[in-house]
Amino acid sequence: MRLTQKLSHRIAGRLSAGRRGRIAAPLVLLLGLLVTGGMYAAFVSPASAQDQSADEDMVAKGRSLFLVGCASCHGKNGEGISTVKGGQYGPSLVGVGAAAVDFQVGTGRMPMAQPGTQALRKAPVYNAEEIEALAAYVASLGPGPSVPAESEYDVKDATNEDIVRGGEFFRTNCTACHNFAGNGGALPRGRFAPALTGVSEKHMYEAMLTGPQQMPLFSDEILSPTDKRQIIAYLKKNEETPNYGGFTLGSLGPVSEGLFAWIIGIGGLVGAAVWIAANTTRSRKKTQHE
Amino acid sequence: MSETHELSTVETEPIADPGLPAHEPRPTDVDEKAETRAERQVATLFGLSTIFTLLFCVSYFWLEVGDEPDVILGLGASNLALGGFLGLALLCIGIGMIQWARKLMTDEEIIEYRHPGSSSNEDRDESVKILVLGTEESGIARRPLIRNSLLGAMGALGLVAIIPLRDLGPLPGDKLFHTIWKKGMRVVQDVDATPIKPSDMEIGQLINGEPGIFFEEDDEGEPVIEGAELQVEKAKAAVVIVKMQPDDITPSKGRENWGVDGILCYSKICTHVGCPISLWEQQTHHLLCPCHQSTFDLADNGRVIFGPAARAVPQLPLALDDEGYLIATSDFTEPVGPSFWERG
Repeated sequence: MRLTQKLSHRIAGRLSAGRRGRIAAPLVLLLGLLVTGGMYAAFVSPASAQDQSADEDMVAKGRSLFLVGCASCHGKNGEGISTVKGGQYGPSLVGVGAAAVDFQVGTGRMPMAQPGTQALRKAPVYNAEEIEALAAYVASLGPGPSVPAESEYDVKDATNEDIVRGGEFFRTNCTACHNFAGNGGALPRGRFAPALTGVSEKHMYEAMLTGPQQMPLFSDEILSPTDKRQIIAYLKKNEETPNYGGFTLGSLGPVSEGLFAWIIGIGGLVGAAVWIAANTTRSRKKTQHE
Repeated sequence: MSETHELSTVETEPIADPGLPAHEPRPTDVDEKAETRAERQVATLFGLSTIFTLLFCVSYFWLEVGDEPDVILGLGASNLALGGFLGLALLCIGIGMIQWARKLMTDEEIIEYRHPGSSSNEDRDESVKILVLGTEESGIARRPLIRNSLLGAMGALGLVAIIPLRDLGPLPGDKLFHTIWKKGMRVVQDVDATPIKPSDMEIGQLINGEPGIFFEEDDEGEPVIEGAELQVEKAKAAVVIVKMQPDDITPSKGRENWGVDGILCYSKICTHVGCPISLWEQQTHHLLCPCHQSTFDLADNGRVIFGPAARAVPQLPLALDDEGYLIATSDFTEPVGPSFWERG
């Protein structure tokens, strides 16, 4: 112990003695630059160069897919196409970000089968790799939200507190359109808010982040990633909870319940009453007892 | 007695032959085998009912409820079994009774005449006699002092029914004309009280907001407003904050500086019957009430464009405080929520 102490003191002393030398400062500077540059070359440079070329490949691939599948509505450079009336045939995609592409294409909403009031969810047309390429291309058009990392939407470790809090956020921000049970609801002019059951955590997160179609968006600065994860945790918990009270009848509340009570319940009772009072079979035979 | 006397007055039928068909026997009336079969059917139904009742009892104790409930087809097993078995038990008794009545009980048509509406003359004379005797013996006609004071006492009892109506009051005064919003109060996100910077909002963003005071605490760590008072204020003060393309907004005269960078703030209470409205279509800027489909254009001063609402949804004027967060510059300039008589 004492030996090492002595040794280190001595070395420090030697070095210290030379630190005011004329060439000391440039030497240290040179050494520092060499080490930094060397480190950079050794670790960072090749990898990033590879990433960059991979990114460029990705963007190029995305662009070729885009020109085939998307450009007819969104324009050759994703600038959007306006209609004569001043509306948009396909909106501009500059700045919508990779998250919007991952949501729209990943849920099958894009490409649309035909122009209509609303893009419908269907089986995705592109595979995961193609979606990534498309997202990379659209993200290259302008800065926008990127696809969230799995840690941002993973709700496996959600606690009861998270779920309760998520329920509060859900009831405040989402139920007006998506129904208190997340079963969706009607909007004007044939549009609708879709049901939230069976939607993946990632797509839920992206929908909140990007505000697809008529849905308002909820930026991370206000509705924080934690808040969003809590909302997703609540919805997932809600989905796996059994319908303890019986059939949900679409979770539409008194509308469908009343419909069932009046038509099936009371209708059934009326039918049964009519049937009971209907004529019984009669026999033409003479009574044997008499 | 008098009854036989009264009944005997109906001697001839008003219609000699009302045209009833001749009675025809049922198979169970003439066929002994059919009769036995029907008897067994009824007994089987009653027996089944007993079994279902026992199954009800078994499922009550057997099926788990609570945190880890038993589940059948995604439904709570306990509720399903209890309801199902009880329903079947009652249904079997019901069907058994009807089968019994229709197959085995006699179904000969008979005629029952109505009882006369009035009592016999003797009974009526007797009642009048009792009443007269009572009046004489109590002397109510001869003692007006007692009679009048009794009437007074009975009349006064009516106050018992009227006085508690005071609980309906007091009148609301000017409460409906004001909310808790005032100059300089921060607009924050509901639930977690996040203050809002305009740069944190994107075009097309919706925030469900509340006045910051709902989340403030006093020196002792107690909420400044809580309990019933909080609910009352919340019912009037809830707002939605939306951000649109500034070019899309057409403010009416005097409202030009009510927004910040395309961010506008409106009451969340529908002007029709007061439902909370936050169903906002970001592309059309329409705010739709889910109750009765009243639709307001938030880019056009909250104007009603569809539905039963009669007034535009009130707008809250916004500004920024020293730290750059959104604040209200005054209370709402008109009463929020549904119209009322005194509003004029």
